[in-house]
Amino acid sequence: MTATAQQQTGTTVMTNVEAVRTTLHDALVRDDRVLIMGEDVGARGNVFLITKGFLEEFGAERIIDTPLAEASIVGVAIGMAMEGLRPIAEIQFADFIYPAFNQIVGEAAKTRYRSNGDYTCPLVIRTPYGGGVRGALSHSVSIEALFYHVPGLTIVAPSTPADIKGLLNAAIECPDPVLFLEHKKTYRSVKGEVPAGYYTIPIGKADVKKAGTDATVVSYGYNLHQALDAANRLESEGISVEVVDLRSIRPMDKTTILESVRKTRKLLIIHEDNKFGGIGAEISAMVAEEALFDLDAPVRRLAGPDVPAMGYAAPLEDEFMTSTDEMVEAMRELAKF
Amino acid sequence: MVQGIDSMAKTTATRGRELDRAGLSDEQLVAMLRNMLLQRQLDNRGFQLNRQGKIPFALGSEGHEAVQSGAAMAFKRGADALVPYYRDLGLALGVGMTPFEILSSLFARVTDRSMGRQFPNHYTNHDLGVLSISSIIAAHCTHAVGVAAAFKYRGESGRAVICSNGEGATSQGEWHESVNYAAVHGLPIVFLVQNNEWAISTPQDMQMKVANVADKAPGYGLPGVVTDGFSPIATYKTMSEALERARTGGGPTIVEAKCYRFLSHSTDDDDRTYRSREVIEERRKLDPVPRFEQVLIEAGVIDEARAKQLKQEVLRETNEATDSAEAQPYPAPETLYTNVVAGDHRPWQEFES
Ligand SMILES: Cc1ncc(C[n+]2csc(CCOP(=O)(O)OP(=O)(O)O)c2C)c(N)n1
Ligand SMILES: [Mg+2]
Repeated sequence: MTATAQQQTGTTVMTNVEAVRTTLHDALVRDDRVLIMGEDVGARGNVFLITKGFLEEFGAERIIDTPLAEASIVGVAIGMAMEGLRPIAEIQFADFIYPAFNQIVGEAAKTRYRSNGDYTCPLVIRTPYGGGVRGALSHSVSIEALFYHVPGLTIVAPSTPADIKGLLNAAIECPDPVLFLEHKKTYRSVKGEVPAGYYTIPIGKADVKKAGTDATVVSYGYNLHQALDAANRLESEGISVEVVDLRSIRPMDKTTILESVRKTRKLLIIHEDNKFGGIGAEISAMVAEEALFDLDAPVRRLAGPDVPAMGYAAPLEDEFMTSTDEMVEAMRELAKF
Repeated sequence: MVQGIDSMAKTTATRGRELDRAGLSDEQLVAMLRNMLLQRQLDNRGFQLNRQGKIPFALGSEGHEAVQSGAAMAFKRGADALVPYYRDLGLALGVGMTPFEILSSLFARVTDRSMGRQFPNHYTNHDLGVLSISSIIAAHCTHAVGVAAAFKYRGESGRAVICSNGEGATSQGEWHESVNYAAVHGLPIVFLVQNNEWAISTPQDMQMKVANVADKAPGYGLPGVVTDGFSPIATYKTMSEALERARTGGGPTIVEAKCYRFLSHSTDDDDRTYRSREVIEERRKLDPVPRFEQVLIEAGVIDEARAKQLKQEVLRETNEATDSAEAQPYPAPETLYTNVVAGDHRPWQEFES
């Protein structure tokens, strides 16, 4: 199927995982500089079947099963990007990204800077992250806070199929390295309408997923969907919560957060990654700097506890993950503050 | 057990007039010598400027001139790519970088390609195919493999990559990953390992159990070749064979060039704390720069007068480059903020509402 033959109108309902898959597929069709590389992306079609059939359609030159070594998956992709290709490197699970930390933080993020633009690194690194799937210590981790400290790196974490398509396209177009985070619990549990045809969503722009007046919730990932459920439940109590989907973690959208907070005068940040030093800390600091006197209540955060990981046993995982009930409770308290 | 340049040199020392020129013309042979002389001169200049307090840091490459001029002669300009490491002054010059670029980097002036961001010896020149590198040992090897993969993917046969590093770097996981990846995918790349016996203060036998880095090659299913890194002709020959194999679809080669680090690791190191003067003096007797000059004189390629003239030329070139680089301004402080990402870099985005 060619780009021109693609249907340009209407929408299709699909899951998050289907959105990743079709967007990757269309990118491969559109641009022969695009390659996919990683562990088991070829014959197996990725462990979540995201690239199933790609090997047959695009060939082993473009769908590359790499040796089992993350530093070189990213490092080789960096070299390809510096040489003008548009590689999409996959890290099978975010938990396995640590061996590539040096390549992402020390190399990809600094390529443009250290050469003063002589070389650039238009690279996408995709990886599934997050818990709630009984993945235990090493298949559940959230990694965004470890990377969002790093200038030169772009991090996006869209949570709906339409946003995934628009932001993955934007990531592939981006002339700099992008870490593209996919919450694996939303892969098949979240469905939505996806517009046909090619489009991008600007990186760095948040989205108000539900308008409200009594409190602002900023979230992303699986938590975003729980927050929406919680906010909808509170409607029956007459509590109106605005839910902002961050979508981009670096850069972040100051305008949307401040506009919402100035309207509701209350802020709750929810993320699955550990609370200490997490994304919520930066948002809280920004709001304190810019809008402290517009607040009617202290900023609140619901986030992962200060433990190294979630356990395999259901009670340990449940204890780590913030439940929708906890969110309802926190929103109610804040609205009434 | 470890085989260094002394044993190499005994077996491959050029014997008087029977010059095996490996197909190189007189002009090419002189160009190699000139590159070596220029490298030596620029090296000295870096240390001088450091002693004069004009630059904070310099890192010498004395002992690496022969391997680098030989490898550079095998490099095809406009086709091949060089992914160098910080001791590759001679390779950088040999593939087309200028003394002015080198001095601009030493002085950290605006005329440096990175505009004074990079540490000295961290070459970049996209036009010449010299990749930008960091200081992280062996991280660049993976990038070299990526460039080779791009050449292969686009069907650009006739192009190959030189990935260069020291023997210490071969202990890094990323060197191993790079060689393995390139081997599995049959990529057009040559892994040039300049074995100078030392990694700062750590000797080769504390890095590896094998006598030669090239001995690791069979573990990757690759050819591994040891070459005399004190002979530009020997290195040229080995490198051009390996590069030609790479350019024509024959896959990667590990080339180990035995050489020696005559100086301390850098101006921040004092090698008297960890190695004996006697061994250095022994190795100095094999110094490849005067030796190659002598080889060319004995073979009648140049005479004493021409040799002297070459030395005067590179001195003049170095002096001119020093003066003009020093006269350049520093980068403006505001440039600290540019080229983080494309366009305006702001971690907090603001939109018209
Ligand atoms: C990852 C990393 N670890 C340590 C260093 C510090 N360091 C710089 S050069 C060097 C020795 C490298 O030796 P070798 O690879 O043999 O190259 P040579 O300097 O001898 O040419 C070390 C340890 C570094 N730059 N990067
Ligand atoms: Mg060494």
